[in-house]
Amino acid sequence: MRNILDLEGRLVGEAPIDIDTTRRLYRALVETRAYDKKGTTLQRQGRLATYAPLLGQEAAQVGSAAALDPHDWMVATYRDAGAMWMQGYPWEVLLLSRSGDERGGRPPVHVDVLPPSITVGAHMIHAVGISWAEKLQGTDRIAITYFGDGATSEGDFHEAMNFAGVFKTPTVFLCQNNGYAISMPRERQTASDTIAQKADAYGMVGEQVDGNDLFAVYASTKEAVDRARAGEGATLIEAVTYRVGPHTTNDDPGRYRDPEEERMALDRDPIERVRRYLEHEGAWDTDWEESVQAKASTTIERAVELAESLSPPSPEDIFGAVYEEMSPDLRRQFEQVES
Amino acid sequence: MSELTLAGALTDALATALDKDQRVLVIGEDVGQTGGVFRITDGLIDRFGDQRVIDTPVAESGIVGAAFGMAVAGLRPVAEIQFMGFSYPAYDQILSHVARIRNRSQHRFSAPMVIRMPCGGGFGAAEHHSESTEAIYAHIPGLKVVIPATPYDAKGLLLAAIDSPDPVIFLEPIRLYRLVREEVPEGYYTVEIGKARIEAEGTDVSIITWGAMTHEVREAVEQLAVDGISAEMIDLRTLRPLDEDTIIESVQKTGRAVVVQEAPKTAGFGAEIAALIGERALYSLQAPVERVAGWDTTIPLKKAEHRYMPTTGAIVAAARRTLDA
Ligand SMILES: Cc1ncc(C[n+]2csc(CCOP(=O)(O)OP(=O)(O)O)c2C)c(N)n1
Ligand SMILES: [Mg+2]
Repeated sequence: MRNILDLEGRLVGEAPIDIDTTRRLYRALVETRAYDKKGTTLQRQGRLATYAPLLGQEAAQVGSAAALDPHDWMVATYRDAGAMWMQGYPWEVLLLSRSGDERGGRPPVHVDVLPPSITVGAHMIHAVGISWAEKLQGTDRIAITYFGDGATSEGDFHEAMNFAGVFKTPTVFLCQNNGYAISMPRERQTASDTIAQKADAYGMVGEQVDGNDLFAVYASTKEAVDRARAGEGATLIEAVTYRVGPHTTNDDPGRYRDPEEERMALDRDPIERVRRYLEHEGAWDTDWEESVQAKASTTIERAVELAESLSPPSPEDIFGAVYEEMSPDLRRQFEQVES
Repeated sequence: MSELTLAGALTDALATALDKDQRVLVIGEDVGQTGGVFRITDGLIDRFGDQRVIDTPVAESGIVGAAFGMAVAGLRPVAEIQFMGFSYPAYDQILSHVARIRNRSQHRFSAPMVIRMPCGGGFGAAEHHSESTEAIYAHIPGLKVVIPATPYDAKGLLLAAIDSPDPVIFLEPIRLYRLVREEVPEGYYTVEIGKARIEAEGTDVSIITWGAMTHEVREAVEQLAVDGISAEMIDLRTLRPLDEDTIIESVQKTGRAVVVQEAPKTAGFGAEIAALIGERALYSLQAPVERVAGWDTTIPLKKAEHRYMPTTGAIVAAARRTLDA
């Protein structure tokens, strides 16, 4: 398993990014966690529908997304707000998507990030098709897709990996192995030693990395992105991390795992590791930390305000987006809603 | 103009689209050198190359899912599923993603793509090769469902489908692939999606059908005429969006309706037509709406298949019942 930063925040390999970039990504980690905590809080207050916390997976998401170009495509899931935001999907739109509002699936025009996939496993092939289209059109754009350990059991995982292998599409498969698919441990998903080794069967590169190590995730993804852009095909990255929170706000992990496990995960916290590294490097102090935290919470508060300032979608929004133009039979129904 | 079969008209449509629009590509199992099991893509790989006529692994969900990604990224894929009975592995992709992306992204992304599949029975094929499950597609918001019955319509509708900003399930009645030839214009033209075709005008009874059953209905209309019964024949051509007005205007005129489908009767698309007539033309009816359909059985294999298929005689009898009522 690839590792660059140890638990104490000491380098055991070569840092793939400079201090300024690390400080920038540290801010991103903190902001992602602030969003995530807010998500759980808002759900408890009844202001969001179900929320799927990403707590503990911040480095896997921020580190991988940091390796992309701004114009690259992303196809991710309900738990990947950190990665999606890194690629330009605004926090307020992510909040909308979790509040039961279709407009949460509409990022700004220049952001080619698909709405978060709720179906497990079906979306990886979309990244294959998208990146294949880019290859056929001769652009240098690639696509990354995020999915969980559970998703690797779906049949569509096989079809996506297989197509990517056969057609050498510029796709990065980023699996966040967070140990669980709702209540099912990773061992119930596959009998293979690692998820990364499945890449072999598809004729592509596979690598397992410490998903709580920002540097390792970044380095591994950067290599995969470079390979894809160079026409060398797809890569499967298994980022080993841990889902510290419940599956969603409706879930009770006490029914299926030992709370001791969650406490142990705190020692592997992905953000604390980077903080220690910056401190060793003399690039961290409490004043800066306070400003980073303050900035993160103002940003998220502002996003909440924006998301909550919108009135609910109208029947026009709902009927008007089934087809490009409302068909006459649909219009007849629409008029019944209106009257 | 040239005389083409429905199959030939489809090949012509694909060639025309590939030629006209660089974004169009064909993707599916055996669509390359073999030209597809029904030869609909015959010769296209030689003309347009293997980057635009793409042979894939045997993986329907993968074909549709990848085509979906291509459509999202700006191409216009035409995916071929070898038989309707093998489209079900891709059903989740179609229902959960292809049909919904416009709604779930509020127009930010869309999937302008065509999924072609041969459908229907009546030729003694192997198990799973004779399906008429159009209702499971017509039921899904966000999809258009098209089923041509003539060579002219086949070409014009396929070109319209490829041009559609929204995904189209394009059903090709196998029994009609090579049944007749017809004058088909050369070059580009479209037939509007969502418009039914009145094949024969009549005043006594409306017979509404689609796909391969147009063949039996046509025969039934001729037989009824011999007895002085004037039947109006409507070929729907598109199931979604449904051309409600053409159906309703016809039934208001004739006061009688027979709906004919090859699919099993219960919860078939014919039930939707009957319900629509009940909602919008009940007071014009002089007789109950008749449905002629396949039985609620799995379509039998070769030896007993004829016991399943709706016959010309059954259609004639149903039309007569509406007149006797
Ligand atoms: C096709 C499908 N089956 C089941 C579900 C219900 N479900 C939602 S999340 C989940 C577990 C997914 O686990 P994993 O892929 O490891 O992702 P994680 O939730 O851990 O991020 C399940 C079974 C679903 N959304 N889609
Ligand atoms: Mg998981």
